[in-house]
Amino acid sequence: MDTLNLLLDGFTSALTLENLLYAAIGVLLGTFVGVLPGIGPAMALALLLPVTYGLDATQALIMFAGIYYGGMYGGSTTSILLNTPGESASVMTAIEGNKMAKKGRAAQALATAAIGSFIAGTVGTLLVAFFTPSIATWAVEIGAPSYFAIMLLSMVLVSSVLGASRLRGYIGLAIGLTIGLIGLDASTAQARLTGGSLQLADGIDIVVVAVGVFAIGEALWTAAHLRRKPIDVIPVGRPFMGRDDWSRSWAPWLRGTALGFPFGALPAGGAETPTFLSYITERKLAGRRRGGSEFGEGAIEGVAGPEAANNASAAGMFVPLLALGLPVTATASILLAAMQKYGIVPGPTLMTDQPDLIWTLLASLLIGNTLLLVINLPLAPMWAKLLRIQRPQLYAGILFFACLGAYSVGQSSFDLLLLLLFGGLGFAIRRFGIPVLPLILGVILGPLMEVKMREALDLSNGEVSGLFNEPLAIFVYVLVVLVVVAPPLIARFRPPALLEQHDQEVS
Amino acid sequence: MAIVIGFIPDQYGEAALAYGLDEATRRKTGVVVVNTTKGDALVDKRYLGAEGKVTLEQRLADSGVEHEVRQTMGSDIADEILAVAAGVDADAIVIGIRHRSPVGKLIMGSVAQRVIVDAACPVIAVKPG
Repeated sequence: MDTLNLLLDGFTSALTLENLLYAAIGVLLGTFVGVLPGIGPAMALALLLPVTYGLDATQALIMFAGIYYGGMYGGSTTSILLNTPGESASVMTAIEGNKMAKKGRAAQALATAAIGSFIAGTVGTLLVAFFTPSIATWAVEIGAPSYFAIMLLSMVLVSSVLGASRLRGYIGLAIGLTIGLIGLDASTAQARLTGGSLQLADGIDIVVVAVGVFAIGEALWTAAHLRRKPIDVIPVGRPFMGRDDWSRSWAPWLRGTALGFPFGALPAGGAETPTFLSYITERKLAGRRRGGSEFGEGAIEGVAGPEAANNASAAGMFVPLLALGLPVTATASILLAAMQKYGIVPGPTLMTDQPDLIWTLLASLLIGNTLLLVINLPLAPMWAKLLRIQRPQLYAGILFFACLGAYSVGQSSFDLLLLLLFGGLGFAIRRFGIPVLPLILGVILGPLMEVKMREALDLSNGEVSGLFNEPLAIFVYVLVVLVVVAPPLIARFRPPALLEQHDQEVS
Repeated sequence: MAIVIGFIPDQYGEAALAYGLDEATRRKTGVVVVNTTKGDALVDKRYLGAEGKVTLEQRLADSGVEHEVRQTMGSDIADEILAVAAGVDADAIVIGIRHRSPVGKLIMGSVAQRVIVDAACPVIAVKPG
């Protein structure tokens, strides 16, 4: 049991008072941003990226991971109490959760969401601990051409599978890749897309792009839609569950976990698909078991399943991030950027280069998960009060931290100008419905991908065939072609699919 | 011609509502109840939800006074009340007022003060009993 020993070592270093403190700050901050719609863990991490200059790598990552888990948890609170999902992954929770709350069962809905999240997060994190090392040892063998192909596949999947329209996804990706190109070429020192400006020669810091797109963009968007009719909030006491709720919840929790984890681990899995699948599964099973299911009137299974799937996929995301250095969500991209700031190269060698960091991180994820349950169950009524925060005050704070963060990157006012520019871009992509994920993935993954491509081409003396000379690479390219070609073909031969129906239900 | 009542679901709003209904009976006219929000937070407990509105309508109907409930949204609560008063050519405006220290007024401002100063009709300021 090598893994268990390593994990125990991780616990000993994670359980210092200081590290526990950062885990607690992380989960509280994460819940805070998760509860408020429009602000998610990705924005919170982007705003906090500058702290990487002051904190030590382990502590920063512990805090960031806590924010990530906390955000997933906070989103469910908003879904249940307001019928307004705090983030996209909790859309399915809102359907049954809000109906439960309206029937006066808000406390039970919140409890099953919290405990389900805890179980799924814990099981998921353990799975990460057991899977990642073996995937990493296998991944060390992957050559540059295959790596390039896998990154390409991940980008194509993220751009085309998620989101409403493929064209919009690719537009986002193209914008991101272009931003990633700005600066000096690493091997020939040629200036690219700098327009002769020396200040752009070093490239654009990811902090400026992320903060601009997430924070400034969202602030501008909110300013443009400032006044909205207030929503009725459902008052809630301390969450608890009865015996019957437990017996109805445990199976959906486990099924949700089983669905969520693999999807989270896949490039472009995301949390939307598994939560949707879990909801459908629970509805079908409930209909079969008894004569009439409670679905449509607030069934606890419909909260337990999707909520577990949501958190399991959040855990699954760590597998490609840690084993391959491949982020699959916007939050993971920012985590990757944070690692780069510390000079940590995520990828197959990470497990052997930085074992302490990784095992401490995994152990603190488990601790953070427990903290979430312990802190958040009693605090639910307080989180609901956050919804009364007035937008002008809230966004004034966000803008302040955004400017502070961008300025701290290079102590230059030029960065503030860039920040504003990317804020405008962030506003524009929201206005035109272009997804953020492909964009931010393009900015972060693009340069890494270029390095791999250069490596492969150098090995083959510039022959294009150097990109295709590994069987794995060819296999992945076949997948890429399938992803690009198959959906339009399927759409032509089949009437509108389930997912579109579900979109209509939700809106 | 009507009495305009600025209403929020708390003791100040209740005081204004009670006095406004009495005043309307005395003057033999109707009431227009205004409930306003700035609409800049997700949840505003001073703005009536669907349920609160039904309860209020029911209470007004029970009072036997001719009535209307208007829910509006705008950046300035005082302006919203004044706009309704001007729109219905109000006989009087009834608002609930709270004690506020000079410093508190400096920081938070006073909706009541602006209604009183800017209104074109008499304003009745009521304190909860």
